[in-house]
Amino acid sequence: MSDADRIRTPEPAGDLPRRLQAPSRRYGEKAIQGLLALCGVVSVLTTTAIVISLIGPTIGFFEIVPVDDFLFGVEWAPQFEPPSFGVLAIVAGTLNVTIWAMLFAIPVGLGSAIYLSEYARPRVRKTVKPVLEILAGIPTVAIGLFAVSFLLPEVIQPLWPGDFLGGATGKPFMALAAGLGIGLMVVPIIASLSDDAMSAVPRGLREGAYALGATRAKVATKVVFPAALSGIVASVVLAISRAVGETMIVVLAAGSTPKLTLNPVESIQAMTSYIAVTATGDIPTGSIDYKSVFAVGTVLFVMTLAMNVISIRLVRRYREVYD
Amino acid sequence: MAEAATPRNRLAVAGARATTQAMLREQPRGDVIRNTAFAALMLLAVMIALAGLIALVVQAFVKGSSALSPDLFTNPPSTAFPDKAGFRPAIIGSLELIAGVILFVVPIGIGAALYLEEYASKERWWNRLIEVNIQNLAAVPSIIYGILGLAFIVRGPLDLGFILVAGSMTLALLVLPMVIIASREAIRAVPDSIRQGSLALGATKWQTIRAQILPASVPGIATGVILAVSRALGETAPLLLVGATVFVTFDPTPFSADGYSAMPVQIFNYALRSQEEFQALAFAGIVVMLVVLLAMNSFAIWLRNRYEQRW
Repeated sequence: MSDADRIRTPEPAGDLPRRLQAPSRRYGEKAIQGLLALCGVVSVLTTTAIVISLIGPTIGFFEIVPVDDFLFGVEWAPQFEPPSFGVLAIVAGTLNVTIWAMLFAIPVGLGSAIYLSEYARPRVRKTVKPVLEILAGIPTVAIGLFAVSFLLPEVIQPLWPGDFLGGATGKPFMALAAGLGIGLMVVPIIASLSDDAMSAVPRGLREGAYALGATRAKVATKVVFPAALSGIVASVVLAISRAVGETMIVVLAAGSTPKLTLNPVESIQAMTSYIAVTATGDIPTGSIDYKSVFAVGTVLFVMTLAMNVISIRLVRRYREVYD
Repeated sequence: MAEAATPRNRLAVAGARATTQAMLREQPRGDVIRNTAFAALMLLAVMIALAGLIALVVQAFVKGSSALSPDLFTNPPSTAFPDKAGFRPAIIGSLELIAGVILFVVPIGIGAALYLEEYASKERWWNRLIEVNIQNLAAVPSIIYGILGLAFIVRGPLDLGFILVAGSMTLALLVLPMVIIASREAIRAVPDSIRQGSLALGATKWQTIRAQILPASVPGIATGVILAVSRALGETAPLLLVGATVFVTFDPTPFSADGYSAMPVQIFNYALRSQEEFQALAFAGIVVMLVVLLAMNSFAIWLRNRYEQRW
């Protein structure tokens, strides 16, 4: 029987001429699958390792410092005798910076996103978007230096209204400078992700609104913006989580004086900058300072994790609507 | 046009014109003003963001110009002679760190992406766990990775000490999610017909992956790896925790316990010193980094556009 005949008239299923199984057991294939799965497991191991490495010293820390004093204390003075570890002081520092960062980044980022998705011509959008994204790739140490040596003396101090909130002149560090620097850093996150969300809104919605006589501004604010809202909120939440976790900008521009205040022109200390200035190189393992780094790290990790979960949930919901 | 003269058409044209005129007349002046003001405001937002970027770059060039010289690349840092100080050990340290990151992150990142795209069934809870986990890891603050490196790699289970390889591993873990996510997208872009064609010809799953899927997704994966590496190159905070000491005047080696340095860490240290010369050095270092990062990013974009497959 020729090959062609065999194709045209298949044998009855009962007595196939050949076994359909592979001639060998293909152990190599299984081994490769196992190896690749192992690579995937590395990421889970990373998370596990993060949690384990945070929990151990944190528990050790709470054996020395009561949980209440840590979570609800308002004074952070590890160097004092006796030391006090009231984390609210440095949580406030982080919030202080984050608030000003978002007050800058949300309007600028959303404005840019609306401009890019609703107003800009395709060619403009194709150039401006990657240029904006460069901002997200600039090393944060550069943005920190920019904040403290340009934004602070050339932008904030000349524009600050006199003695308002204690005045801005003569201060080498302030929360607002770090806030603006971080704001600049997260603008592309908000702009780029919100632009994606708004561009995904079906054309028909816009055209329907235009046909009813709506202006561009109305279409952007009343139709596209609400339709893309969950994607936009997710981008903002992600930006907040970036701002909370940012280290070098606050180390360089916000100072290192823990203070329970939301005053933008004060020098403060954020959680990340405490970790960065305390845990460098020669810190002895097991000392209370060493353990406090992990306790602060745990607070930071839990805060950002909560925001990431919210952001992922929102993105997923928005994908369900428009895919 | 002959048929334009029929009464029916004349009526239609008149009606359309009347409607259009009515719409134009009825558009309130307030609407026009508000619309223009809104457009201007949105444009202003873009301008502010771009102005920030331009100001940062221009300031770095202006303030760093006095220190921009070949000495920057050949001389070690110095506290005594700021006019002769440079970045040599930091540049070498950064190059070695990055080489290590690539060594760690490319096989593991691509392997994890292949597993998730080609093997993992979404029905299984552990595969979903891996997926959610990667999304979460991508947004964990970099300083937390520093803590992980300090507690797990430098001390603790791995106990490598403050060596350059520990820094590489920490940075690799930091950018691993980026590489996995980018590689998955590249692999997903290869159409199923390619897989089915290959399998139908008798290739095994791994042969299909090696001979069809990987070659087709290399541009996308390479783009992701370059972007991840450029992120690792600019990262400072985690390195502070895993022993990138600031004043290293010799060329660092991967396993030496004498310490190592990296570009951004050295810039950070110069930035903390208030003397004019050190500030200039910090800005000059930033210029160098900006040029390198811009080149890497442009290369990544070029690579994507040049080799992107249209199926």
